Amino acid sequence: MKKIVLLLLSSLILWGCSDSGPSGSETEDFDRQAILENWADNIILPAFESFAAETENLKTAANEFSATPNEQTLTDLREQWLISYKSWQHVSMFEMGRAMDLRYRDNMNLYPVNSDQILENIEEGSYNFELPSQNSSQGFPALDYMLYGLGEDDASVLEFYTIDENSEAHRTYVSDLATRIDSLTGQVLEFWQNGFRDEFVNDSGNGANSSLNMMVNDYIFYYEKALRAGKIGIPAGVFSGSPLSDRVEGFYSRDFSKELFMEALDASQNFFNGTHFGSEQNGESLRSYLEFLETTKNGESLAVLINGQFENARQEAENLNSNLAEQVETNNTQMLTTYDRLQQNVVFLKVDMLQALNISVDYVDADGD
Amino acid sequence: MNRISIQSYINKTSDAAPLAVFRILFGLLMLISMIRFAANGWIQKLYIEPTFFFSYYGFGWVQPLGEWTYLIFIICGASAIFVSLGYHYKMAIVTFFLSFTYIELMDKTTYLNHYYFISILSFLMIFLPAHAYYSVDARRNASLRSSRVPSWTIDSIKLLLGIVYFYAGLAKLNSDWLFRAMPLEIWLPSKYSLPILGDLFQQSWTHYAFSWAGAIYDLTIPFLLLMKRTRLLAFALVVIFHVLTRILFPIGMFPYIMIASALIFFDANLHNAILQKISGWFSISKSFFDNAGVYSFSKSWIKKSTLMLVSIFFLMQLLIPFRYMLYPGELFWTEQGYRFSWRVMLMEKTGYANFKIVDTEKNQSFYVDNSLFLTPFQEKQMSIQPDFILEYAHHLEKHYQKEGIEDPEVYVESYVALNGRGSQPYVKSDIDLTEIKQSFKHRTWLYPFNDEIKGL
Repeated sequence: MKKIVLLLLSSLILWGCSDSGPSGSETEDFDRQAILENWADNIILPAFESFAAETENLKTAANEFSATPNEQTLTDLREQWLISYKSWQHVSMFEMGRAMDLRYRDNMNLYPVNSDQILENIEEGSYNFELPSQNSSQGFPALDYMLYGLGEDDASVLEFYTIDENSEAHRTYVSDLATRIDSLTGQVLEFWQNGFRDEFVNDSGNGANSSLNMMVNDYIFYYEKALRAGKIGIPAGVFSGSPLSDRVEGFYSRDFSKELFMEALDASQNFFNGTHFGSEQNGESLRSYLEFLETTKNGESLAVLINGQFENARQEAENLNSNLAEQVETNNTQMLTTYDRLQQNVVFLKVDMLQALNISVDYVDADGD
Repeated sequence: MNRISIQSYINKTSDAAPLAVFRILFGLLMLISMIRFAANGWIQKLYIEPTFFFSYYGFGWVQPLGEWTYLIFIICGASAIFVSLGYHYKMAIVTFFLSFTYIELMDKTTYLNHYYFISILSFLMIFLPAHAYYSVDARRNASLRSSRVPSWTIDSIKLLLGIVYFYAGLAKLNSDWLFRAMPLEIWLPSKYSLPILGDLFQQSWTHYAFSWAGAIYDLTIPFLLLMKRTRLLAFALVVIFHVLTRILFPIGMFPYIMIASALIFFDANLHNAILQKISGWFSISKSFFDNAGVYSFSKSWIKKSTLMLVSIFFLMQLLIPFRYMLYPGELFWTEQGYRFSWRVMLMEKTGYANFKIVDTEKNQSFYVDNSLFLTPFQEKQMSIQPDFILEYAHHLEKHYQKEGIEDPEVYVESYVALNGRGSQPYVKSDIDLTEIKQSFKHRTWLYPFNDEIKGL
């Protein structure tokens, strides 16, 4: 009898307390699957489709250049290279599924490029791009080197493809690079199209390996390593003590490193806001989820704070020289300020947002207590 | 209690079956735990792959042994079998205690209250005659064989379990747990995909109900288990509670260990029935052990010192969880006195620590990529616990000295979010951590916590 009284008593206490407590999340459930759908259907797939179309064009342009290397085909190829490289910034963060198996990002955009290795490859005429040791002799950085870095000016670059004794091998290398970019991208896109999209959307649970957890971890990893450190921090010498101007993205073409960074910054913010690829429309996203949870920090909405910090970083970055290598050499302070702006968002994303969403920051499925 | 009643309690005896069943189940569950740990690849992942390990103060000499680490786990698992069989029990339980504790001391990243529980429980079991009945030892050694043991030996396990529950309940009596339903308000909504419960977990009242029920459960369950009238209900609650936690959280073997342990509260009829069943399966003659003999310590000084040791052990168990009171500041923030105190699931802490190395000679500074030194799991634990941050800073100092920076200074910009509050700066960013020594002294190098958590 006593135990029943005790149980009743405790449940009464519980009921009593539940009304007076401060309200947390709302009573209706937030549909996390809707976030996954928006990501897959309105961001990831369209971005990959668009990128795959560009890499196809890149392959065509490279083949045309290889067939008839001249001023015109070089200019065309360079243009298409830049278009594709910018398009790449919108898919780079989605390193999951086949992309993860392929280590897609390492194959596509590892810089600084290993120019000695490239020259050796050309010399020997045989190379296996699938080897990890070949990561920094392929992808966009390798094309950057091949199209801009071989000579001082356009004419001397062209000579490597026309009158050089190894011109044939140079031409082959360029089209092999473009073919590799296109084929890797084709594989990743095909994987998404053939089943992975559904797998991704339907895995809407909350385990360490669920889609939401994996994607958010990938996203933050990308923001921290590829965007913040790779594009700004490392060249600015944040991790080495002294600036390393040769570590910028698109080092040989000189004028595009800022443009590439800006594109990646946009892509990162768009992902946070669930902005549909190629449009202004926002869908379900980390932002709407945070808004649903009414997560605040010091009285301000965390979603607003994060977007504000993206804006701050963008404003600082606007002042950068279009050639970040030059920026680093002439006035590194501006570069470091931009880095600091990016850095502040790491705290918002990695500490405040992850806590609010209860997403764990690692994949180790060790026990807890 | 006067002297005579203490004396008569010490001389009181009980049926040995509960202790024997406890020994058998403990050994078996430990064996399964070891196999599970290895099968999950955790030995490799947690103790072989990392290049740096976080040590408990004074235990820096306990390090993983590379590939040989597997051997420690094999020894630990093998000794668990011996414990279960009661074969060379004393040696087996000592080996188990040492190997298990060694494993736990190798890297404090993996600290869990229930690992600590296993360590101290196996330590206690060294002094208990768990092999006196229904064991290989008792089968072979007539002088050991006894169907009755001193009551205090069984009660000591009950007491330890009682402390674990009750102290876990006391720790929940704080304003975050009771009046903000934290951290359950963060944890439960993310379990949205569970059938039925998933929807309930979105509602605020559920978070409060679970918080309060959890606290009441922990505080009352030892007493409900002790009283004969409530015992069955209490055991049902134990099963429900632990199965529920098993569903909600990744807590491995712990629920099963606690459920099996709670059996010790039942009277001996149940345990005799269990042993009868086992005897049937393996054609063991249970009656062989039922000699009505009383276990006695071989020498009176052994009995005295055992009682003394066990008393000191429990006195420490009662005091250690309160050591946090010696320190100023919020316990959840400074974590001074947090471990080894049955503070289970009380905090959702997320952090970020960005280390800066200053080369004073060259007047240069740079930041550290933590992933070069730590696994994601280690980095996560490091960024929320001051002793980890300090130890890591000292590791960085040594590393960069080897890299040629003569006197590196190490600073950290760190942020921690606790139980749903926004992130706050954590370690003072203008303090050179190489100048701070690891110690049990109050940590003056943390920023104060900008809020108050009331309660125990």
